[in-house]
Amino acid sequence: MAPGQAPAARVAADFVESRLALAGLTVLALVLLGALLAHLIAPQNPYDLAQLDVLDARLAPGAQSSDGRMRYWLGTDDQGRDVLSGILYGLRTSLGVGVSSTLAAAAIGVALGLISGYRRGRIDALVMRLVDIQLSFPAILIALVLLAALGQGIGKTIAALIAVQWAYYARTARAAALVESVKEYIEAARGLALPAWRIALAHLLPNCLPPVIVIATVQIAAAIALEATLSYLGVGVPVTEPSLGLLIKSGFDYMLAGDYWISVFPGVALVITIVSINLVGDRLRDVMNPQLRR
Amino acid sequence: MLLFVLRRLLQSIVVLLAVSGLVFAGVYAIGNPVDILISPQADQAEIARTVAALKLDRPLWEQYLAFLQHAATGDLGRSFVFDAPAIGLILERLPATLELAASATLIAVGLGIPLGLWAGIRSGSLAGKAILAGSILGFSLPTFWAGLMLILVFSVELGWLPAGGRGPTQSLFGVPVSFLSWDGLAHLVLPALNLALFKLALVIRLTRAGAREALTQDYVKFARAKGLSEARVIGVHVLKNILIPVVTVVGLEFGSLVAFAVVTETIFAWPGTGKLLIDSIGVLDRPVIVAYLLVAVTLFILINLLVDVLYSILDPRVRMAQAGG
Repeated sequence: MAPGQAPAARVAADFVESRLALAGLTVLALVLLGALLAHLIAPQNPYDLAQLDVLDARLAPGAQSSDGRMRYWLGTDDQGRDVLSGILYGLRTSLGVGVSSTLAAAAIGVALGLISGYRRGRIDALVMRLVDIQLSFPAILIALVLLAALGQGIGKTIAALIAVQWAYYARTARAAALVESVKEYIEAARGLALPAWRIALAHLLPNCLPPVIVIATVQIAAAIALEATLSYLGVGVPVTEPSLGLLIKSGFDYMLAGDYWISVFPGVALVITIVSINLVGDRLRDVMNPQLRR
Repeated sequence: MLLFVLRRLLQSIVVLLAVSGLVFAGVYAIGNPVDILISPQADQAEIARTVAALKLDRPLWEQYLAFLQHAATGDLGRSFVFDAPAIGLILERLPATLELAASATLIAVGLGIPLGLWAGIRSGSLAGKAILAGSILGFSLPTFWAGLMLILVFSVELGWLPAGGRGPTQSLFGVPVSFLSWDGLAHLVLPALNLALFKLALVIRLTRAGAREALTQDYVKFARAKGLSEARVIGVHVLKNILIPVVTVVGLEFGSLVAFAVVTETIFAWPGTGKLLIDSIGVLDRPVIVAYLLVAVTLFILINLLVDVLYSILDPRVRMAQAGG
C-alpha cells in the first residue's frame, strides 16, 4: 500500500491482481449490460404475444423461424418464445429483485446494527436476540412461510427476501460499530457535542461500511439464488414477469421428454450470474480484510 | 452440566413460545382467521360452529391461549383437501423426509471428510485443487438447478436411475423406509445426492481448513517425531481434532437439510413433508401450512438444543464459559 493512496484506489489496485476475480467482474458486467439493455438487444420481446409464432414451439437451438426472419440460437419454448430473449428479460427480473432486496435489507439492517452498537443497552439486547432467533432458522423456510402467507408477487418476493436478509447486516454492522464507537475520532466527535444522529451517519457509518459491502456482494448472489428457488417452487414472482427460476420451471416437463434447452439455458445463465458475483465477492473480502493484507 | 442443559431447555421453550406467538399473529391477527382456518366450501352453520369451537369471537389473548391449548394437544386443525387432521398428515410424511435428510448427511460426511482431508493434506496437488474448485462450485449451484441437472444426466440421458417418486418401501420397526430394497435405493440415490451437495461442499471446506491448520500444530510434529505412521497421525490425531467443528456444523445443518428438502422433494416428487407444504401452498390448504411450520420449528429447536448439549460434552470449554457467564 503506497502512502497517501486513497482506500478505494488501493482496493481497486489489489482487486485487479487476481485474474479470476477480474474475469468474474467482466462476466458480471456483461450480464448486467445484457439485463439492462434487454429491450434493445433481445431478438424479440418475449411478452409481446404478437411477436410469437406457435408454429415455432419447442424448436431446437439454432433453428430458423418459420417465417425465415430470425434464428433461435438457444431454441424456443412451448409457446414459440425465443429462449435467448426470455433469458435476457428474465435476468432483468432476477437481478432487479436480488439487488433491490439486498439494498433495502442492508439499509434496514445497518441502521438497526448501528443503533445497537452505538447505544448498547436494552435496544441492543432486543435487536440481537431477534437476530439470533432469526438466524437459527434457514432462510428458505422463513421466505416460504412469508410467501405462503402473503401470496405471489414481485413486491411480496422482495419483502420476503428483505425479511430473510436484514439480520446478517444488523449483526455485521453492530460488530463494526462496537469496535469503532470506542475509538478516538468518535470520542472527539462526542467532545464537540455533535448530535448523535450526525456522529452515527457522518462518522460511524462510513467506517462500518467495508464489512457490510463484502456481505452485500455475497448476499446479492444468495438473494438471486433464493428468488430463483422460490419462483421455481411457484411461490415467488408471477408468470407475467418471469425470472430465471420461473423459466426453468416452465421447461421442466419438456426436459423429461428430452427437450433440454428450455430449462438448461436459463439455468446456465443463472449459474454464470451467481458464480461471477461470488468470485467478485470473494476477492473483495480478501482485499478489504486488513488481516489478510500482505 | 445439568444446569447448562436446563438453561438451554428454558431458552428453547422461550423461543418456541415466541415463534408460536408470531405464527398466531400471522394467521389470526393479520389475516382473517375465518378465511384462513375454515374451508371456503363451508356453509354458514359450519362457519358458526368452527368460530365458536376456535373461540374466534373471544378476545385476542383468549384466542391465543386456546390456540396454544389446541397446539399442545396436537390439534392444529383439519386439512381442507384431505379432510384429515393436519398434524397427522405431516407426521405421516415425516419418515420420508427424515430418511432423505439422513441419507444426505451420510453422503456429505462419508464423502466430505475423506475428500476434505485429501484436499487439505495435498493442497498443492491437482486432485487437491480440483476438490477445492468442486466445493466452490457446490456452494454456487442452486439446489434446484443441481437437481434438474442430475435428472437430466442420470435419468433422461443415461436412463440409469428413476427421475422421481419414492419407489417401494419396507417396514423397519413400523416405519416405512426405502433403503432396504434395490429399487427403493435407486429412487433414493439422486434426491439424497442432490440434497447433500451443498453440505458436501461445506464439509469439504471445513475438513480441508481443519487439516491444514492441524498439520502445523506441535502435537502433529510430536506424533511424527515419535515415529508414528502417517496413517495413524492423520487417521487418529488430526481427524480427532477436525471432528468437533464438523460434527457441530453437520448437526446444526440437519435442520436446514429438512428445510431444503422442500426443494429436493418438489423436484423429485419425493412424498415427504416438503412436497406436502408446496402442494398445500398451491391449493391454499392453510391448516397444513400452519402445522408444517410449527412442526418444523419444534424440530429446529430440538436439533439446536441437542447440538448444544452434545457440543458441551465434546468440548468442556463451552460448558465452562456458559456456566461462568
